[in-house]
Amino acid sequence: MIEFRQTTKSFGDHVVLRPTELSVKSGEVAVIIGPSGSGKSTMLRCVNALEKINGGDLLVNGISVLGSPADVRQIRRQAGMVFQQFNLFPNLTALQNVMFGPIQVNKHSKFEAQEAAETLLEKVGLFERKNHYPSQLSGGQQQRVAIARALAVQPKLMLFDEPTSALDPELRQEVMKVMQTLATEGMTMMVVTHEMHFARQVGSRLIFMENGRVIHDGEPTALLSSPPSERFHNFLQHVQ
Amino acid sequence: MNFDWSVLISAFPDLMQGLQVTLLIALSGLAGGIVFGVVAGVALEYGGRISNALAHVYVALIRGTPIVVQVMFIFFALPLIAGIRISSIDAAIITIIINSGAYNAEIIRGALNSVPIGIQEAGLAMGLSFPAVLAHIIAPLAFRRSLPAMGNQLVNVVKDTSIFIVIGVGELTRRGQEVMAENFRSVEIWSEVAAIYFLVISAFALGLRLLERRVRLP
Repeated sequence: MIEFRQTTKSFGDHVVLRPTELSVKSGEVAVIIGPSGSGKSTMLRCVNALEKINGGDLLVNGISVLGSPADVRQIRRQAGMVFQQFNLFPNLTALQNVMFGPIQVNKHSKFEAQEAAETLLEKVGLFERKNHYPSQLSGGQQQRVAIARALAVQPKLMLFDEPTSALDPELRQEVMKVMQTLATEGMTMMVVTHEMHFARQVGSRLIFMENGRVIHDGEPTALLSSPPSERFHNFLQHVQ
Repeated sequence: MNFDWSVLISAFPDLMQGLQVTLLIALSGLAGGIVFGVVAGVALEYGGRISNALAHVYVALIRGTPIVVQVMFIFFALPLIAGIRISSIDAAIITIIINSGAYNAEIIRGALNSVPIGIQEAGLAMGLSFPAVLAHIIAPLAFRRSLPAMGNQLVNVVKDTSIFIVIGVGELTRRGQEVMAENFRSVEIWSEVAAIYFLVISAFALGLRLLERRVRLP
């Protein structure tokens, strides 16, 4: 579903992603970890072309991120994104945030969009808060609305960019529960995170990055129980 | 001296006629100035090299010259250069639109710039085109951010209409001067003219305050 083919990305002289070969299959939950500055967020943002790749190619459901603007929009419709800072639209209520995509992107009627949005808010446990504005919600609630908003355009895969990093430890749990539900429903997911127990419990694959390279890529429990390198071992000690 | 209240009443009809002209120029200036400001502001913030450069030159030229000189140029010099003859009221309206548009452009550029990039990315990441993100996500937020500064600018537009006295437009200040030239009651007339401006501008300011409150986010 996602195929990195010798993909590279740099900002000026600074190389962020070195030639990367990686493919994520449908239904996989790929958890990406690594020290800050290792290129994991950039790699994720290349998938929906929020960052433009500099070399190689990157296919999402067979469509290249190097394609036409219409191709890129198509990729973005298929790949929902959840941001570290939630990025909800502050002038819209929770319900309106979730309805926004279906109305503007999928051209659904307001009625259709509202029904679907209410179902999604129910799913993330925020139906009662549907008329609250983002500023009236806690961080965890905002992030759950953001997940519902991303799901509303019916994506085929979901990209999570450190979805719990801006949250208090107590609030992380509610967000990860929603993500776990998604994973069990078979959603294809790429998750950049520092939450090791999420990687262990929910991930079907663990990718360790450093310096713009994928260093390890394998089954999470196996990698975590016997770290294949000193570097990875040290990293795990710092995050756990 | 004694303040003759009856002068206020006898001058009132003339001054009201002047006020009508003032409001005509001011409201045209507001509407046209917003259109110019939005176009130039978007060009400043998102334009390609050429549209961006054009917008910069426009803003620099207008901010770098006094409005009196601008209207003199449009009313007296343009006919000689381009053979275009326009009435004084048209010259006034054109000047105020071009002038306030340039100031609005900077306000709008700043407001667009203040919308967090992450919120724009959230729209793009759903598969919206940039123009759609601009129209449906950035614009409503930038509009709110621009209101206080725009309010200031709009009030300036009303006051700036008084300088069109220099090309003989029969607006409020000009009318005041004409009435005064007949009855020599400068204290009464200029008090009355000032009061009328004050009331009109206060009404504008109040309207803007209410609008700001109406669209305020929780």
